[in-house]
Amino acid sequence: QNEERDGVRFSWNVWPSSRLEATRMVVPLACLLTPLKERPDLPPVQYEPVLCSRTTCKAILNPLCQVDYRAKLWACNFCFQRNQFPPAYTGISEVNQPAELMPQFSTIEYVIQRGAQSPLIFLYVVDTCLEEDDLQALKESLQMSLSLLPPDALVGLITFGRMVQVHELSCEGISKSYVFRGTKDLTAKQIQDMLGLTKPAMPMQQARPGQPHEQPFVSSRFLQPVHKIDMNLTDLLGELQRDPWPVTQGKRPLRSTGVALSIAVGLLEGTFPNTGARIMLFTGGPPTQGPGMVVGDELKVPIRSWHDIEKDNARFMKKATKHYEMLANRTATNGHCIDIYACALDQTGLLEMKCCANLTGGHMVMGDSFNTSLFKQTFQRIFSKDFNGDFRMAFGATLEVKTSRELKVAGAIGPCVSLNVKGPCVSENELGVGGTSQWKICGLDPTSTLGIYFEVVNQHNAPVPQGGRGAIQFVTQYQHSSTQRRIRVTTIARNWADAQSQLRHIEAAFDQEAAAVLMARLGVFRAESEEGPDVLRWLDRQLIRLCQKFGQYNKEDPTSFRLSDSFSLYPQFMFHLRRSPFLQVFNNSPDESSYYRHHFARQDLTQSLIMIQPILYSYSFHGPPEPVLLDSSSILAERILLMDTFFQIVIYLGETIAQWRKAGYQDMPEYENFKHLLQAPLDDAQEILQARFPMPRYINTEHGGSQARFLLSKVNPSQTHNNLYAWGQETGAPILTDDVSLQVFMDHLKKLAVSSA
Amino acid sequence: MSQQGYVATPPYSQSQPGIGLSPPHYGHYGDPSHAGSPPGMMKPAGPLGAAAPGGMLPQGPSPPGPQQFGQNGAHAQGHPPQRFPGPPPVNSVAPSYAPYSPSTQSSYPSPASTASVTQMASQLNAMHINSYGSGMAPPGQGPPGPPSAPLFQGLPRPPQPSIMQPGSQVLPPPPTALNGPGASPLPPSTHRQDGLPGPAPLNAQYQPPPLPGQTLGTGYSPQQAGSYGPQMAGGQLSYPGGFPGGPAQLAGPPQLQKKLDPDSIPSPIQVIENDRATRGGQVYATNSRGQVPPLVTTDCVIQDQGNASPRYIRCTTYCFPCTSDMAKQAQIPLAAVIKPFATIPSNETPLYLVNHGENGPVRCNRCKAYMCPFMQFIEGGRRYQCGFCNCVNDVPPFYFQHLDHIGRRLDHYEKPELSLGSYEYVATLDYCRKNKPPNPPAFIFMIDVSYSNIKNGLVKLICEELKTVLENLPKEEQEETSAIRVGFITYNKVLHFFNVKSNLAQPQMMVVTDVGEVFVPLLDGFLVNYQESQSVIHNLLDQIPEMFADSNENETVFAPVIQAGMEALKAADCPGKLFIFHSSLPTAEAPGKLKNRDDKKLINTDKEKILFQPQTNVYDSLAKDCVAHGCCVTLFLFPSQYVDVASLGLVPQLTGGTLYKYNNFQMHMDSQQFLNDLRNDIEKKIGFDAIMRIRTSTGFRATDFFGGIFMNNTTDVEMAAIDCDKAVTVEFKHDDKLAEDSGALIQCAVLYTTIGGQRRLRIHNLSLNCSSQLADLYKSCETDALINFFAKSAFKAVLHQPLKVIREILVNQTAHMLACYRKNCASPSAASQLILPDSMKVLPVYMNCLLKNCVLLSRPEISTDERAYQRQLVMTMGVADSQLFFYPQLLPIHTLDVKSTALPTAIRCSESRLSEEGIFLLANGLNMFLWLGVSSPPELIQGIFNVPSFAHINTDMTTLPEVGNPYSQTLRMIISIIQQKRPYSMKLTIVKQREQPEMVFRQFLVEDKGLYGGSSYVDFLCCVHKEICQLLN
Repeated sequence: QNEERDGVRFSWNVWPSSRLEATRMVVPLACLLTPLKERPDLPPVQYEPVLCSRTTCKAILNPLCQVDYRAKLWACNFCFQRNQFPPAYTGISEVNQPAELMPQFSTIEYVIQRGAQSPLIFLYVVDTCLEEDDLQALKESLQMSLSLLPPDALVGLITFGRMVQVHELSCEGISKSYVFRGTKDLTAKQIQDMLGLTKPAMPMQQARPGQPHEQPFVSSRFLQPVHKIDMNLTDLLGELQRDPWPVTQGKRPLRSTGVALSIAVGLLEGTFPNTGARIMLFTGGPPTQGPGMVVGDELKVPIRSWHDIEKDNARFMKKATKHYEMLANRTATNGHCIDIYACALDQTGLLEMKCCANLTGGHMVMGDSFNTSLFKQTFQRIFSKDFNGDFRMAFGATLEVKTSRELKVAGAIGPCVSLNVKGPCVSENELGVGGTSQWKICGLDPTSTLGIYFEVVNQHNAPVPQGGRGAIQFVTQYQHSSTQRRIRVTTIARNWADAQSQLRHIEAAFDQEAAAVLMARLGVFRAESEEGPDVLRWLDRQLIRLCQKFGQYNKEDPTSFRLSDSFSLYPQFMFHLRRSPFLQVFNNSPDESSYYRHHFARQDLTQSLIMIQPILYSYSFHGPPEPVLLDSSSILAERILLMDTFFQIVIYLGETIAQWRKAGYQDMPEYENFKHLLQAPLDDAQEILQARFPMPRYINTEHGGSQARFLLSKVNPSQTHNNLYAWGQETGAPILTDDVSLQVFMDHLKKLAVSSA
Repeated sequence: MSQQGYVATPPYSQSQPGIGLSPPHYGHYGDPSHAGSPPGMMKPAGPLGAAAPGGMLPQGPSPPGPQQFGQNGAHAQGHPPQRFPGPPPVNSVAPSYAPYSPSTQSSYPSPASTASVTQMASQLNAMHINSYGSGMAPPGQGPPGPPSAPLFQGLPRPPQPSIMQPGSQVLPPPPTALNGPGASPLPPSTHRQDGLPGPAPLNAQYQPPPLPGQTLGTGYSPQQAGSYGPQMAGGQLSYPGGFPGGPAQLAGPPQLQKKLDPDSIPSPIQVIENDRATRGGQVYATNSRGQVPPLVTTDCVIQDQGNASPRYIRCTTYCFPCTSDMAKQAQIPLAAVIKPFATIPSNETPLYLVNHGENGPVRCNRCKAYMCPFMQFIEGGRRYQCGFCNCVNDVPPFYFQHLDHIGRRLDHYEKPELSLGSYEYVATLDYCRKNKPPNPPAFIFMIDVSYSNIKNGLVKLICEELKTVLENLPKEEQEETSAIRVGFITYNKVLHFFNVKSNLAQPQMMVVTDVGEVFVPLLDGFLVNYQESQSVIHNLLDQIPEMFADSNENETVFAPVIQAGMEALKAADCPGKLFIFHSSLPTAEAPGKLKNRDDKKLINTDKEKILFQPQTNVYDSLAKDCVAHGCCVTLFLFPSQYVDVASLGLVPQLTGGTLYKYNNFQMHMDSQQFLNDLRNDIEKKIGFDAIMRIRTSTGFRATDFFGGIFMNNTTDVEMAAIDCDKAVTVEFKHDDKLAEDSGALIQCAVLYTTIGGQRRLRIHNLSLNCSSQLADLYKSCETDALINFFAKSAFKAVLHQPLKVIREILVNQTAHMLACYRKNCASPSAASQLILPDSMKVLPVYMNCLLKNCVLLSRPEISTDERAYQRQLVMTMGVADSQLFFYPQLLPIHTLDVKSTALPTAIRCSESRLSEEGIFLLANGLNMFLWLGVSSPPELIQGIFNVPSFAHINTDMTTLPEVGNPYSQTLRMIISIIQQKRPYSMKLTIVKQREQPEMVFRQFLVEDKGLYGGSSYVDFLCCVHKEICQLLN
């Protein structure tokens, strides 16, 4: 399809033409949009888009518009307003079309020349309550990162522990920092006053005519171009000491993450609103004091678990969440984004802080230590560059969705916040973040993907004419990493179909992968606010309804149930989704759940699918590597398995393989093929590791190894201790679980789908 | 305004409320109409003349010595008859006398020769004061006097004669007064006799002081005075000093003033010199109870023999009245001025350190008094009776010792706590905060780096100086390096902390902008050992001036600065001292923000006191916190305009710190003075985190405390720190009767942390006499201590009462004390005669100086800050400092004997003592002036200034050039001697006669009429006399 070109995948590629029918489709009309999908073949055009002159519309000229070349008029395909071409288009003709009218430019990118360009800003917020080697590793990573930044980018440094220090970067001879108490929440105004960022009062200036009238940047003390101060900053980072305040036995270090973030936000808010900026928080533990504290400093009181949360026993959670939400919203308003790099063995409060990354499009990285390649490489990858040598990051984007009259936009799910722009194409029903036709995505990269949900509003009694097409235009304005403002416009159209007469068409145009991800996003979105079981029930109901609608079966006869090809995998996706950490909190800490959900809500379709249903490859002497079922029956003694769950890459050596390796065959020349066999999954894993962001946890284990649980927890438990002997075969490995297997799940599904009740 | 109002609040002294005499007559002083014309109170005090002893008002043309003798003689002669006529109306001589002699006996039962002699002497003096005494004084004169006394009292007093003799020995160069009598011409006596009969009529011949209204015109003519006499009404005409013929002058008040010879009124210089002559250079042993020590101005060697040296404790009187009634009657404040850390000259023994081991000091079980010479061991040494509460305690086994035949422990002389008045104990953990040994203290230097301080170079100066002065941090004698850690903060509107950890390549600066709730941003590396971090600190001190070189921040904060320092000490868990260098009114938005409220309109109103109160209570609670954490604040102020010293100075005052103020600081003029102060302050001996407790024997107790202290309850005197220059004045009141035989005992215990971080107890013990004779009380008074007490109590009252009321009270109490003496102790004499007790001869002149001090003088010309500053200074002054402060030292330089190393004899602070040909040096402890008469000898000018003539002298200099001739050397030596003993560095100002700056200088001529008001000594004496007369009637 057009996914490559437009970065759009719809759940339905033929749209039911009436509201009633659309709702009966169960899976909503929705799409996964990757606004900045990398398009090496798409050179941006250096002029500005032509807008529809109707003030409520302002759609952008696109290949779907009807153009009257003689009258130099074009008709907006959304509101049907007829518009004059601007003077620059006088030479327009059938043979001399501007790019935006060519069909292959259904996605086009404009570069806006207007407006001052401001450099990118990177503000490091660094926890100093770390172990010595962790801190050292972090310091090295940070120092290294300076060389990766664009030279004209502004950098700043805030460190925190018991206190929060904002480092002044421009001073010679003495290192200078502004210190804040870690327990006191401050308003942006206070922070700016305290940092001396507010404009000096007029009388002062008059009093000292000698001073330069306008200082270049009031904030210049804290944010400096990398090329100017990289030496300074490298030294400064090198000299960073662990938080010097004594931590007594049985206490956690006092960590003022909440205030540190607040200050970072306040600092940028006052000085660089609406320019691209990343606040990069590096933390090695939970906030233990001040606003945003997640746990007290008594070690004997453990940090909240899901159990505590269910029991309403997490004293600090609500308050902390509120604090970080407030910060996240402020940051989003200013177009900045917050990254969270949390490396600790215990939880660090990601649950409370998640909104900072979620709402601003920042990254969230969770690791065990800063001294791991997981962190180091992930961090490095943030600064990776695309084929043009540009950073794979964009800032301060607004996404606007325009629809034809038959459609309205119901909401979006992804790393965005609503801009609360009401318009004619905004639906009253909300799915995800709704009630608006525009969203702000403060930080995004080429893979950031939003789920956008629509509602067909066309009434049943006003049918769309045969062959009619519905159109949707996505307009993404953003700041490119080269600091240019750009606008990417994607206009797509799909056919309408009458669901009664043309259900087959519609059915065939079902994109079950996209649909699964889109439904999963809805489910995860709900899970954030609802009880887990409710969400599962909702998912089940949706699945059953879908099967009822599109399955072929005889009533009350489960065995007769069939699904067409375009739906065949969907139930399986749902099965794995139900078991996934996105919806199951069992065995996951609240932080892990937050972390998984964060990534699920922003990755593109392929990655999302991997997350829902991990991929399992098998390596054996019996043939080339092949994908195998994610099933316990795939776990065989003479196989090496490679599982990619997106978050983890697991290499699992079957029992025999493990014994061989133990025996050292791989080192014997005559068994070189065994060596190759062992090597093959490693190479493949390496490939995945190289490409993936964030870097997955890499697990190399074998039969009976403790880490094998990562694999065992993911596969379909077709063999368990309950049915092991029933199956009687020696294949596969039993999983010790009471979870239902896919087979049981399917049986139930069929039964429910065919039941008339 | 009303007397009542004052009484309601704590009076200056206990006797205040019960005005023994006649309340109605009390206090008109404040009333301008009266003040203007001290009515004819002047009487020809001739009898005593200039003679110091009898503080009589002398009459007119000052007859030098001889003449006075004559007059005295007259008196002497006059007396007997006088007395016979019978006790004059008011004074009940007899009663007063009766007590007198018994007390003498009881107080000095033991024939400790020296002591008794001295005592005798003072008695003698006392007698002289009473004019009758004058006659007796001369050694050979015995006869006239002694008989007289018995005669009057009807109580045969054997002691009296005996007194005479010792007296004569003791007073070798007796004040003129003493000499006088012998020569006395008789003539006056006749007059006297005439006069005596009745108050009113008597005047006939003595120019009676006319009534206020009448005086001017009429009272003039001398001899005719008689005719006026009748007109003079009773009380006021009291001029006993029978001047027969000549002294017409005495009649009217104005004339009186003109003509009254200043030489004939009691001279402080004379008193000082007398004391110096009799006791100077000698050894003063504190071996007996209630002995009056030499004056503060007298140099002598003090030997601790069981009572604390007067360097540590001085009392207003060394003999307490037995009953509170008596105390009320006399209105003499019972107070002690305690300077627990006073510097001891090298020729006196430093305090011994007593260690009672882990049990801690031996203390009385009931009152917790520490083991001291006042504990009486009994039962063979197994038990002891506490001298304070009389509780009988068991002697702890480790402390047991047998007694000798006189009931003294065998180890009496081995144990300082048994034989000495002052000593220290090692304190055990029980005496430490949280039962942990204290950390050594820290010094934090906090420098205002706002625009003005940078611009005038002050910041640079401070930083440079710190580099050297930190080498001399105080240390324990046995230690090699100082245990004191140092830290640095700079500030303007925000605070900058510095990390100067020794392992840093360069200092780190941490800015704290949250001045609303200031905190300490770092722990490690803020307070460091100077030696270890020297290079980083020097690096920092080099950088600070540059760092802020282009700062244009004008606003400053203040309370947060103190808060920061205090928090830092708290975080480091150590006591310490903040050195704050500040220059402006803290107007930046922060706690303790101040506004300019210097409202001259308040002056002379009931609201004037507001000017002395802090603007906000922030500083009060801050001070409380500071004291609670042992944080002492020393403030160096460099104001160029009003900075509200009353507010800024509060914390330094309450935390035992020092306030230094350099108005309009100019680098070339003032840096020397400032640097000297800074060095001294850093180097001086100091104890931290101190609690002082005064314990007294039963019957009286400490009720009121003045000084750089903070009190959370009524007994514990808390001090964040106390240094060698700070004194606490304590007032005592009766609970009950005191017994003459057991006396009054005082134990002052100060628990503190040494500069090395050891916890110690410093104990000072002092025993006083008790007597039921007022005369004993008066005999044992110490005017310098009295003035110290009056000054502090008045300056404290300034916060609560209108100044006018305070001044009235001071005058009234002065009059009252003197009147009480006159009524009860002096021999009968004409009611109109002014009679001063010997020990209080100079009370009027000193009191006048106090009244003229700018704090009590409501004049808009004087800056409010200066008044607040001086008020604060005085509150912590010791006796010696307050004496000099109120009565400056004025030394003639032109008569200098360059071969002698002794200071020249001072002269009285009056313009009339200056001469055009002279050069004079004046010092009051804060300022020093070198006054040059227009006709100063050129060779002196050449010698001192190395310039050819008077006109060439540059008055800008603040130190004298080093010229290699004896004049210069001697003068500079004198200056350094004067400076040496003083806590504040005095800025030397060169003043040329008849040039503008002379006005400033003149303010210090305290016997003259003040520039901004304040009466002259003579006027004041008249006024007091008038008051006394009213009281007596």
